[in-house]
Amino acid sequence: MIQIEGLQKYFGQLHVLRGIDLQVQKGEVLSVIGASGSGKSTLLYCINGLERIQNGTISVDGVQVHDKGTDLNKLRQSMGMVFQQWNSFPHLTAIENVALAPRIVKKKTKAEALEIAKKQLVHVGLEDKLDVYPSALSGGQQQRLAIARALAMDPKYMLFDEATSALDPELVGEVLETMRLLAEEGMTMICVTHEMGFARDVSDRVAYFHEGIIEEIDTAEVIFENPKSELTKKFLSKVR
Amino acid sequence: MESQISFFSSFALNDVFFMAEAAWRTLLISIISISIGTLLGSLFGWMLYEGRFLAIIVVAPILDVFRSVPLIIQLVLFYNFAPIIGFNLDAFQSGLVILTLYTAALVANVVRGGIASVGMPMRRASRSLGMNYWQDLFYVVFPIGVRAIFPSWVGVALGVLKDSALVSVLGYVELLRASQILMTRTQEPLLIIAVAGAFYFALSYPISRFSAKFERKWSQ
Repeated sequence: MIQIEGLQKYFGQLHVLRGIDLQVQKGEVLSVIGASGSGKSTLLYCINGLERIQNGTISVDGVQVHDKGTDLNKLRQSMGMVFQQWNSFPHLTAIENVALAPRIVKKKTKAEALEIAKKQLVHVGLEDKLDVYPSALSGGQQQRLAIARALAMDPKYMLFDEATSALDPELVGEVLETMRLLAEEGMTMICVTHEMGFARDVSDRVAYFHEGIIEEIDTAEVIFENPKSELTKKFLSKVR
Repeated sequence: MESQISFFSSFALNDVFFMAEAAWRTLLISIISISIGTLLGSLFGWMLYEGRFLAIIVVAPILDVFRSVPLIIQLVLFYNFAPIIGFNLDAFQSGLVILTLYTAALVANVVRGGIASVGMPMRRASRSLGMNYWQDLFYVVFPIGVRAIFPSWVGVALGVLKDSALVSVLGYVELLRASQILMTRTQEPLLIIAVAGAFYFALSYPISRFSAKFERKWSQ
C-alpha cells in the first residue's frame, strides 16, 4: 500500500504540492488527471524518491520513502516507473536494455537476466525486436520497451508519468493497450494521464489535481459522470 | 672545387631512419601523455560536472591556467622552475608532465560536456530502476557519454600529438627537433620539412581512420 499524508513540495518559491493525502491499495489502478503544472508528475517523482519533499510523509509498504535511513535503491526496485520521454538506453539492444538492471542491480547471471528480459519483451509484444537498437524502434515501441524494462525488476507498483503524451497520435493506442493489460493482470498502478478514455475505462479511482491539491477523488464513474466539484466539471468540459 | 672542404652533406637514407626514430619519440611522449591525461581529465571533468566545492575552488582555476597559457610558455617555465622546487626532470620528463596536464585540462571540459549531454531524464530512468549513483555512471552515463564526446576527444588527441613538437624547445629530440638538426646539416629545409610533415601525417592518419570506423559502428 502507498500511503501519503500531508505532502508538501516546493520548487524554490513555487509551492507545487500543497498538502496531499492519498492511499493506494494493492491491486488498485489510480489515474491522476489535471491541467499541466498542477503537480501530478511531481507527485510520482516524490513517491519514487526522485524529488525531496518539504513536509509530510510517503510510505510504501510501511517503508518511509523520505527517511534518512531508507535504502532508496532497494525501495525503487519495488516501484517501476515509466516516463513521458521513454529514455531507452541507446547503446544497448532491446533485450540488453531490459536485462541491464536485473543483472547489475539484482545480481542475476547474464543468462537469467536475458531470460527475464525476453519474457517481459514478449509480455509487451516486442518479441520480434529483441536484438534491435532503440534507434530502430518507433516511439510506441520504445515506450513499451520502457514498460518491459520496469517490469523486469518485478515491481509491486507501476508509476506512469504521462506515458503517452510524447507519442504521435497513431502510436498512443499500443501503449495504452499494454497498460490496460497490466491493469487486468492486477498490477497496482498510478497513472498520470491526459487520456480521459483510458482513465475512465481502466481506473478504479480517478484523482483530479488542481493547483497542487487533490480537488476531487472518487471512482471513475463518479468523476466522469457526476463530479461534485465545479472545478472538476470545468476541467472535464474543456478536455472532452 | 674538389679541394674545398664541404661543411654540408646531403640528405641520405640514414637520415630517414634518424627521423623515424625521432617520430617514435614523438609517438612515445604523445601516447603516454594522452593516456594519463585522459584518465586525469575524466576525473577532473566528473568533478567539474558534480560541481563540488573542491572542484570549483581548486580544480577549475588550475585547469583554466593550463588551457589558457601557450604550451611553449608552460614548457619553458616548468622545465626551468622544476629543479628549483627539487624536481630534477630532464626534457622528456618535463615535457611529459606538461603535456599530460595540458591534455587533462582539455579533456576535463570535454568530459564535463559529455556527462551533461546524457541529461537528467535518462539518469532518472536508470535510478528509477534501482541503480545506485555509480551503476548509473558506469553502465549508462559512461557508454552514452563516450559516444557523444569521442570525436572531440580524437580532436584533442591529434592536437596534443602535433603540439608535442613544442617539447623540442627543451632539447628533447623528437620529430621537429630532428628535422631542425638535419636542416642545419643538409641545408635542404623544404625537403626535410616535407618528410617531417609526412611522418606527422603517418602518425595522425591511422588515428582519424580508426576513430571514423568507431563512429560508424556506433551510429548504427
